[in-house]
Amino acid sequence: MTSTLELEPKPQAITILRTKGDRIFRGILIVGGLVAFLVLAGIFGYLAQSAAPVLQAFGFHFFTDSSWYAGDGLLPSEGSIDPPTFGMLPMLWGSVLIAIISVGIALPLGVGIALSIVYLLPKRTIFGFTLFIDLVAAIPSIVFGLWGFFVLVPHGVLWASWLNEKLGFIPIFSVQFEAFEQSPFMAGLVLAIMITPIVAVVSRQIFALVPPDLINAAQALGGSRWTIIRDVVLPFSRGGIIGGAMLGLGRALGETVAVFFVLQLFFDEVNWYRILESSGGSVASLIIAKFGEAGPLEISALFAAGLALFVITLLANAAAAILVNSSKGKK
Amino acid sequence: MTSTVKSPARKPWDAKDSGYRYQQLLVHVGTPLLAALIVFVSGIRGGSGLFFTWLGLHLITGALLAKFGRKKSTIANSSMEILLVASLILFVSAALSVLLPVFIKGISAFSSNLLFQDAATVEPGAELINGGILHAILGTVIIVILASVISIPIGILAALYVTEVRGRLTPYVRFFVQAMSGVPSIVAGLFVYAALIVTGVLSFSGVSGAIALSILMLPTVARTAEEVLLLVPDDLRSAALALGATQRKVVRMVVLPSAGAGLVTASILGVARVTGETAPLLLTAFGSTAVNTNPFSEPMSALPIYIFTQMLLGTDNDVARAWFACMVLLTMVGVLFGTARLLVNRRSLK
Repeated sequence: MTSTLELEPKPQAITILRTKGDRIFRGILIVGGLVAFLVLAGIFGYLAQSAAPVLQAFGFHFFTDSSWYAGDGLLPSEGSIDPPTFGMLPMLWGSVLIAIISVGIALPLGVGIALSIVYLLPKRTIFGFTLFIDLVAAIPSIVFGLWGFFVLVPHGVLWASWLNEKLGFIPIFSVQFEAFEQSPFMAGLVLAIMITPIVAVVSRQIFALVPPDLINAAQALGGSRWTIIRDVVLPFSRGGIIGGAMLGLGRALGETVAVFFVLQLFFDEVNWYRILESSGGSVASLIIAKFGEAGPLEISALFAAGLALFVITLLANAAAAILVNSSKGKK
Repeated sequence: MTSTVKSPARKPWDAKDSGYRYQQLLVHVGTPLLAALIVFVSGIRGGSGLFFTWLGLHLITGALLAKFGRKKSTIANSSMEILLVASLILFVSAALSVLLPVFIKGISAFSSNLLFQDAATVEPGAELINGGILHAILGTVIIVILASVISIPIGILAALYVTEVRGRLTPYVRFFVQAMSGVPSIVAGLFVYAALIVTGVLSFSGVSGAIALSILMLPTVARTAEEVLLLVPDDLRSAALALGATQRKVVRMVVLPSAGAGLVTASILGVARVTGETAPLLLTAFGSTAVNTNPFSEPMSALPIYIFTQMLLGTDNDVARAWFACMVLLTMVGVLFGTARLLVNRRSLK
């Protein structure tokens, strides 16, 4: 053993001795931090448990069949004379369809608004305008429901019949019967206004992160507003914009009462693409529409629908969170 | 102390002579007028017709200006600027078409009894001088206060975990809070129904509604509070620790007081987020027509539930009441929201 002077400093571990009060305090904070996880787990657990009877009886057909018939509320194994059948494919696809329509409108609109705020509007008007956008984002969904039914639909019917008349040769604008009142198109329009603020706010946050050096360099090279946005701003913020759209998609999928009043639910057949037709589906509307007079088995089916909705929106939001955060971290 | 005289920055390449100004004026004022004229003369009807006529026309005149005007630009550039302005106009007019009818129809339905009576004895379709929405207003206030009592402390605790404990779980806590903010409102209602009402712990009541709302409120509070707490400088924490404070004291005497106004903002934003929620309340508080101030027994009404049921009734008078309730609800949300924004502003000015 050599006893030399230790000239090289060695990293020392710092030990923190916490008082008992502090340890309790930190314990409380940890519990507070875990509440979100516990609630999510609880939601999944309780919904899965309540949905179990229907999921066991119908299996995967619950998600791939097209019918919603309560029958006498007994399963065939329980000696049912009038067996119920539950399949929610039209609702599931309907939710996705109206979410796609709304994002298709809200994405260009929201990005356009965000670009205007950052690059076009005079600096003095920006505060007021962002306040306005935030206020629109805070309008309760029931107000959109009332507005959609009494204000939008009377106008929207005219737009829909015009689209059908002029562009009916395109499959998505064709209809089997001429009733335009409560179509996926209307629901998509309502949702589009609801989620445009979300897309705009997220996009604006991302645009603010584009390094000014890049923009200055592009300007020095003679770039116009358009070329700078096309070649510098948009490529830099692509991930964040898609993330914002996914966030809006999650909101659109889960929206209930705003859709309920402007969409005719049709349970027996999937409306794959005829967006102007008064037949569509929405998982959330299904739950509100059927909850009041449902027997035990149908309630269980509604829980299964809620479970599916929960899982889908969770996936959309997780994807959005990952995209937005990675885009914010790029700086 | 030296004082520098700032000379105005000169941009000779950006000079705007009068010819340029006239051209700009002609195109950007003339085109909307021309569009209005075309709409007036031809059979095109309505605001949307005017909008699209203007857009198409302005894209053409803008392109001509870019090509032949005083200050040359590319057609793509001018088209983009016009499209951006169009997106602003479209959004603002859509938003106003939501807001204005609420206030116009709400005010025209106003009569004072609407604010001070409940709907216990009101038949569907009854005249507007009968009954009111007192029960719904009280219900909303009670349910939202209860939801705040549940979710604001927990939300701030979750935020404190991220900013103070900074343990290994931090990224996961953040992720789950973010994921929770995406839970559809109807799912929150279903959850409370399955976990508390079916199992018999609670009945259809104000408390069940408050618990459902607190699930939606918690992530808003937690995320805003986290942003606010992150603004508290670490130097303050270190200084307090160096003076011998325990972490509990640091949080209680340094972090929380200096983030005070921001935490109030976080709470108000949470309240504004849930005040208008409908779907979860339909499954939990269930709604009633009479005033019920006891949140622990009997179903309770709330403004969103009231609007929903009035719409289902569907007669002219019922719908007029719904518009009025909408106006009250929107005013409540707007006031909450404005307060939150004003607080934020005062804090950032300090």
